[in-house]
Amino acid sequence: MDLRLSEEQEHLVSSFADLLAKESSTEVVRAAEPLGFDAGLWRTLAGVGAVTMAVAEDGGGWGASTVDLTLVAEQFGRAIAPAPVIEAQVAARLLASIGGSAARVLLDQSLGGEAIVTLGLHPVRNGVAPLVPAGAVADQAIVLAGDRLLVVRLGRGDRRRVDNLGGLPLADVPVSEDALELAHADRARDLFERAIDEWLMLTAAALVGIGAKAHELTCAYVTERQAWGVPIGTFQAVAHPLADSATALDGARLLSRKAGWSSDQGAHRTRELAAMAFAFASETARDATYRAIHFHGGYGFMLEYPVQLYYRRARAWARLWGEPESAYSRVAQARYSMVGGS
Amino acid sequence: MDFDWDAAAEAVRTEVIEFLDATLTPDMEERIYRSGVSHDGDFARAAAARGWIAPDLPRDDGTKPWDPSTVHVLVDELTKADAPIVAMATTAMVARVIRSVGSEEMKAEILPRVFRGELTIALGMSEPEAGSDVASVRTRARRDGDGWIINGQKMFTTNGHVTDFVFLLARTDPDVPKHRGLTTFLVPLDQPGIEAQAVFTLSGERTNITFYNDVQLEDRWRIGEVNGGWGDLMLSLQDEHSVGFSPHLARLLEEAELWAAEAIGPGGSSRIDEGRVQVRLARCATDLEVAQLLEARTTWMEANGMVPVAEGPMAKLFGTEALVRRAEDLTELVGPDGLRSRLDPTALRDGRIEHALRFSLGTTIYAGTSEIQRNIIAQRACGLPR
Repeated sequence: MDLRLSEEQEHLVSSFADLLAKESSTEVVRAAEPLGFDAGLWRTLAGVGAVTMAVAEDGGGWGASTVDLTLVAEQFGRAIAPAPVIEAQVAARLLASIGGSAARVLLDQSLGGEAIVTLGLHPVRNGVAPLVPAGAVADQAIVLAGDRLLVVRLGRGDRRRVDNLGGLPLADVPVSEDALELAHADRARDLFERAIDEWLMLTAAALVGIGAKAHELTCAYVTERQAWGVPIGTFQAVAHPLADSATALDGARLLSRKAGWSSDQGAHRTRELAAMAFAFASETARDATYRAIHFHGGYGFMLEYPVQLYYRRARAWARLWGEPESAYSRVAQARYSMVGGS
Repeated sequence: MDFDWDAAAEAVRTEVIEFLDATLTPDMEERIYRSGVSHDGDFARAAAARGWIAPDLPRDDGTKPWDPSTVHVLVDELTKADAPIVAMATTAMVARVIRSVGSEEMKAEILPRVFRGELTIALGMSEPEAGSDVASVRTRARRDGDGWIINGQKMFTTNGHVTDFVFLLARTDPDVPKHRGLTTFLVPLDQPGIEAQAVFTLSGERTNITFYNDVQLEDRWRIGEVNGGWGDLMLSLQDEHSVGFSPHLARLLEEAELWAAEAIGPGGSSRIDEGRVQVRLARCATDLEVAQLLEARTTWMEANGMVPVAEGPMAKLFGTEALVRRAEDLTELVGPDGLRSRLDPTALRDGRIEHALRFSLGTTIYAGTSEIQRNIIAQRACGLPR
């Protein structure tokens, strides 16, 4: 048992935290709404290797571990950064594991900063990949259509940007018959599900970051804000739910890192742990950001205060894939080796 | 990072499981359950022979104290099996206090017998009018020549009717602020003026209310400094935080999963094939994973020279609240058959799911209620004002 971050990992965390504090302030986040994308921030992040780090060295990347990526994802969550880093990392890792010339070309474009390549989280329905994360701003999207893994080039004309709760650059993306095929049959489904595992564990870490930041803002607020002559944080009706959030956030953080560690070990529980981490982090961030709004009183309901930014994203980042119950189903499928898991 | 326990700890896990297979017989389990007494002399001596009582303390025989990870795994497996370890655990807890603040004479007299499994100690802290606010205890110890006279009553003196001693928190000075007038004593229970009255609880566990009526005590049975009892108590409570509750959750999940695999639904298929059954088991499995991680973190900190601050309370709060939540949900899931009690011949899974529900209720109360844990977390982890 060793829960300490290595010196390199501590450095990784602090360098992303510092960068995001400067480049992804809440002013930047607000200015990027409603699209939910800041091109300058994206260039900066791509420039420091946020996507490249995720890919193994033999794929042209820096070979960061999955635990490393959860650490970075937590910082993205804290900064609610308007840049599709998790999707780009997962898509790049997927391309690297596919191999072959078409995937290689696309991977090189992604790592070279020439293209944003994203991943559709839901299989294509009626010729449309629904609510593709970063679909409104990416250049290419990898989607699963039936038993084929396809690459869709995203033009200005055909995708439909969707205004949404989280202020995210989502789009419904039509998938034409002649889209480039990367893999098919069982291999396509397997690659897709593995990519979903990674997306779930990294998003879990990001949700921990969102929840933790909103929780900290709230703890500071209830320590300052007075009612009946005392800080409202002295009331147990306020303090106890915050203690529950502090506990759940620590648990969710440990669980997302354990999922990453399991993935790095190639351990058989990775799918189960990724879904557990996502389910638990979704519920934890949901509750922490609700408490954040509520304990700010009327101010929490005002757009001017920052807590609403976290409240909306805690829901949108998670529900983009599905509700906690869907994740618990995935846990059970992995745990009891039933249909749907592979 | 590494989320596995080391090989030495895992070796102990294997040893404990083999030991329990041979020692914790169905007869013993039934006897423990029917008597409500989580103590068995033979079991305790057999465990002591393997060095399992307070294994983290140094011994005169030169045995190396165990590291926190190995102790963690030992307690985990004993707890998960519902082995009769409550008196062993309270004894070990007091042994640590004696070792820290007791006289040389007391250490020499008590500790070797504790390690051999020959001597047991119950806890005498709570009173009818003092639970979470334990500093308000009224049991009085008055100076009487060289010794003391004790008068009062203690609540939830679990195993007090079978142990040799009670760890007694008594008021020695009523005229100073309440935390500063307390002293700890090790009181031999086999003497005039002491009476234990049985108190039966929802979990089936027997506890006691113990009465102390003009009990005479030599000063050599005082553990810490006079009026320094609050500090002694903090030492013991610090230890109580390291007790894990996730093994109870693990046992509940295991029983519920076995039930789901065995039970047949109305359509003729196994209940575990039902989506809603899967989701509810998965929720329990996820809570278990979190509870285990929070407990492991506390142990890992101790093993690495860090002092857990809010981490112990977080582990206790989450593990016990999850146990209450999941026992409620999984007994509902089992349905009417979940009402069949532990050891009833018709009970499912020996009634262990039903028992988990009844057992869960005490866990969010003793060893610091959930409300006390939340107070500590709010102040130490969230930085909120008192």
